[in-house]
Amino acid sequence: MDDIFGIPAPLLFGQLLLGLINGAFYAMMSLGLAVIFGLLNIINFTHGAQFMMGAFAAWMLLEWAGLNYWWALLLVPIIIGFTGVVLERLMISRLYKLDHLYGLLLTFGLGLIIEGVFRNQFGSSGLPYRIPPELQGAWDLGFMFLPIYRGWVVIAALVLCLATWLLIEKTRLGAYLRAATENAPLVQAFGVNVPRMVTLTYGFGVALAAIGGVLAAPIYSVNPQMGTNLIIVVFAVVVIGGMGSILGSIITGFGLGIVEGLTKVFYPEASATVIFVIMAIVLLARPAGLFGRA
Amino acid sequence: MAESTAITANSIPAPAAEDHGIWGFSRAQFGALGVMLAVLAIGPFLLYPVFLMKLLCFALFACAFNLLIGYVGLLSFGHAAYFGMGGYLAGHAAKVWGLTPELAIIVGGATAALLGAVAGWVAIRRQGIYFAMITLALAQMIYFLCVQLPFTGGEDGIQAIPRGSLFGVIPLDRDLTLYWVVAGIFLLGFLMIHRIIHSPYGMVLKSIRENEPRAISLGYRTDDYKLLAFILSAGLAGVAGATKSIVFGIATLTDVHWSMSGEVVLMTLVGGLGTVFGPVVGAAVIVTMQNYLAELGAWVTVIQGVIFVICVLAFRRGIVGEIGNWLKVKL
Repeated sequence: MDDIFGIPAPLLFGQLLLGLINGAFYAMMSLGLAVIFGLLNIINFTHGAQFMMGAFAAWMLLEWAGLNYWWALLLVPIIIGFTGVVLERLMISRLYKLDHLYGLLLTFGLGLIIEGVFRNQFGSSGLPYRIPPELQGAWDLGFMFLPIYRGWVVIAALVLCLATWLLIEKTRLGAYLRAATENAPLVQAFGVNVPRMVTLTYGFGVALAAIGGVLAAPIYSVNPQMGTNLIIVVFAVVVIGGMGSILGSIITGFGLGIVEGLTKVFYPEASATVIFVIMAIVLLARPAGLFGRA
Repeated sequence: MAESTAITANSIPAPAAEDHGIWGFSRAQFGALGVMLAVLAIGPFLLYPVFLMKLLCFALFACAFNLLIGYVGLLSFGHAAYFGMGGYLAGHAAKVWGLTPELAIIVGGATAALLGAVAGWVAIRRQGIYFAMITLALAQMIYFLCVQLPFTGGEDGIQAIPRGSLFGVIPLDRDLTLYWVVAGIFLLGFLMIHRIIHSPYGMVLKSIRENEPRAISLGYRTDDYKLLAFILSAGLAGVAGATKSIVFGIATLTDVHWSMSGEVVLMTLVGGLGTVFGPVVGAAVIVTMQNYLAELGAWVTVIQGVIFVICVLAFRRGIVGEIGNWLKVKL
């Protein structure tokens, strides 16, 4: 099995793996966007900047505080999630009574500020972040070499996504959350502190983006633009999947990553645009998205 | 969500006695138009004409964008695609095909309108936030196409676009001559938008903005109305971009990048969403700011972000909207 459809197997599997990794980030990002959108009704344009902040926070912890990757994985979501909580309290909470588009404009502006500040501080060339020693090396799977870190990213992202799904669909807290998404005033009337839940939900979505940033730091170079380029693709992913379903965002994210990887093998010229083309086709055939409710 | 107010509702003062005095302009708007014409006429003798031409191109771009957000309530986050594509096509037409500048600008505008027809046809299937995300994603696709297509020159862009001679007879090498042409194009576009808004078609657009289900129940095919508005807006944005590339002799990836889409949103927001003169004032403010702060580098992005945040949190009417509110007139 050296050739599959005339393509050398290592190339095919290599691109599939890359696609799976991109898909892991699409899934985590679109999941965070969907969770935030469900309760806050805003599209968090800052999400890309928060992903980038996660990667930079991991770099800073390592370089300035000497805390390694595993500490970063634990601390960064808490730190960046907390900045999200502050943002929500100070600014975003003022917009709930206005058109949702204002939320988009505000978070876009916040994204510009964050990206600009990091570019001033660190330049735009990118900083290296070493793969932690425990995850260096590669496994020989027989048909290809799998770098351990890349396998770890896919598995970690899958676990995080499924844990989020379980949290929202199977726990009491998740039930409150889903109820508040349907009808917030009624849930509040039952004695649930909805404003606090909204704040924490935003913080949680931001923390997801930040973990994504930590996972991405050793793969991509840590640079201020890394989030914005990702977030636009994730918007297309969200439109394709529809934001109604948590599991839907996860499947769409991974699926589109794989499609993108395959396009790189079979028709590389289209690999940058394939997700947008799929978005257009889905909109024509099923405007609410694959998993969306009309 | 009954409690949510439409995005432009804030910027429109209570519908005071709407007198459609002269050509559909109210008396206050007519006064403002007079001021604008005077500034257009005196401007080139006080300020550098090339700077003013840049400003006018962005003002027309912002007016075209405002036609969608201000009067149909659709936030397009991908208008740079039409602006930039108009610029590329005009540059290509003037340089490679050797067309005269007015024909090149028409080619640019028509291409942008065509592109807008396709993108709009896809995007109007969703409303609100989704519409914004879809237009952004489609614009990013056009950006990647511009990176890859051979005629755009990739990272270099199209350079040394000739200014040529208007109608083949009036050479445009002098900045002042070109300025009057650009001012003419801007005025034509501005008045066209004003005419669209005040036509029966424009009234239907506003009713879609206020309450789309109601407009549908009254028998209007709102999708057709929205699509036509999108095409008109994209086409005018294309004319603005085409004019810009003739003025500067260069068309690059900067003009198709998403940050340009953000800039036109910012200009319109600063000037006042849904006001006739707001986009012009907003473009003037932002272009002037970029001009004076250019040496600050990446801090310009930060400052733009701060202006975004301030406008959304505390200043939603924009400059012209605030003045109109203060004078109790619609500008």
